[in-house]
Amino acid sequence: MIEVSELHKRFKDLHVLKGINLVVEKGVVLSIVGASGSGKSTLLYCINALEAIDSGTITVDGEDVHAKGTDINRLRRKLGMVFQQWNSFPHLTALENVALSPRIVRKLSRAESRDIAAKQLEHVGLGDKLNSYPSALSGGQQQRLAIARALAMEPSYMLFDEATSALDPELVGEVLDTMRLLAEEGMTMICVTHEMGFARDVSDRVAYVHDGTIEEIGPPEQIFGDPQSDNTRRFLAKVR
Amino acid sequence: MESSLNFFTGFKVLDLLFLGEAAARTLLISGISIASGTVLGVLFGWLLYEGRIFGSLTLAPVLDVFRSVPLIIQLVLFYNFAPIIGLSLDPFACGAAVLTIYTAALVANVARGGIEAVAMPLRRASRSLGMTYWQDMMYVVAPIGMRTVFPAWVGVALGVMKDSALVSVLGYIELLKASQILITRTQEPFLILAVAGAFYFALSFPVARFADRLEQRWSQ
Ligand SMILES: Nc1ncnc2c1ncn2[C@@H]1O[C@H](COP(=O)(O)OP(=O)(O)OP(=O)(O)O)[C@@H](O)[C@H]1O
Ligand SMILES: [Mg+2]
Repeated sequence: MIEVSELHKRFKDLHVLKGINLVVEKGVVLSIVGASGSGKSTLLYCINALEAIDSGTITVDGEDVHAKGTDINRLRRKLGMVFQQWNSFPHLTALENVALSPRIVRKLSRAESRDIAAKQLEHVGLGDKLNSYPSALSGGQQQRLAIARALAMEPSYMLFDEATSALDPELVGEVLDTMRLLAEEGMTMICVTHEMGFARDVSDRVAYVHDGTIEEIGPPEQIFGDPQSDNTRRFLAKVR
Repeated sequence: MESSLNFFTGFKVLDLLFLGEAAARTLLISGISIASGTVLGVLFGWLLYEGRIFGSLTLAPVLDVFRSVPLIIQLVLFYNFAPIIGLSLDPFACGAAVLTIYTAALVANVARGGIEAVAMPLRRASRSLGMTYWQDMMYVVAPIGMRTVFPAWVGVALGVMKDSALVSVLGYIELLKASQILITRTQEPFLILAVAGAFYFALSFPVARFADRLEQRWSQ
């Protein structure tokens, strides 16, 4: 379970997150929607401590992410993350991209890491690209590579930060399909997304972030069918 | 026939050996300086990158001095001042020390450029996979940054090899000094400088070709 309570985050004078409270239970797929600049990416970065926080607490399976004594590198293994920009390691083949962290972080043998990598690349539909370099892959394939790379750490949670918004429209589908597959397999996921269709069809809960707070959270039928807040309604009218 | 035979009389096969031996010394002093200067330079480059304030206030100006004062002045100054502070260095040690610092000053900027070339989002991605700072440095930043700045580093290395000729002012008998000795004896400057130039070429050409090969392999 991921629990965020009273989270505040500032960048100098800019108060980005103003008291976020959020609980994500095991097995839940949560979509986070909201206007550009509302703090969605920052929230994800705080959850795996890629950004420091100003106040509040974030716990993952009861462990305080930002506490002094926390071994953050070990905790991050539980939290797979996929970014808007796909960030493949350009000097490694697809297989090596995925096998690297199992080998050096999980300390598995070379052979084991490669087996895991091959399995995960197969999983995301890149079984025929094991020896390709990222430069020879399309954006959609590189994004699926990034998903496989995160999965190879066998995380308990996956965080997606607009995984499809840097992609050409015709490549969005293949990445969303991969994310849908993960959701069906029972992965706990937090997906920051602009894809309202995905949010509606795949997620168990949808959160609308407005100006650094969670304005409204609920099942997709409620958020999309009967939003309670005016801000939510206005936002949804705009993106639809 | 007569005149061309005459032309070669001053220069003997043994002299070629003498030049070859001097070329080996050029290779030795530049090899040592480039290797240790690179290690030191990478360390400095990392300090410049990480210790923004400390680096730009203390290290950067010092390195600037070493990069901008002509090498020949550094050599002569260091050679004459070393005994004053109690260091008794032979020309080789003295030349290698100055060349090492000089190389390090040049490599520091190259290395910092290499670290900067690896974009922040990529480094966030590796940290998000659970890599530590040093794992990210070793497995992601170093290989990618190195590929980016490798041509610049080769430029520095070849430059230092040529600049090592200046160590001749201290009396170290490397290629240039050896040529001067032979010129004085044979009075055949063109021939001897041409041979010495050929030796320099023979030293750098394989390095340059090897570098090209590596770059081609990386850029696939
Ligand atoms: N490292 C940073 N330094 C300073 N300001 C930042 C930094 N990162 C984000 N911000 C600012 O914080 C605010 C929230 O940014 P964030 O990226 O979380 O928004 P977002 O909701 O993800 O937007 P988008 O939909 O465009 O990705 C923005 O105003 C942004 O300019
Ligand atoms: Mg964002």
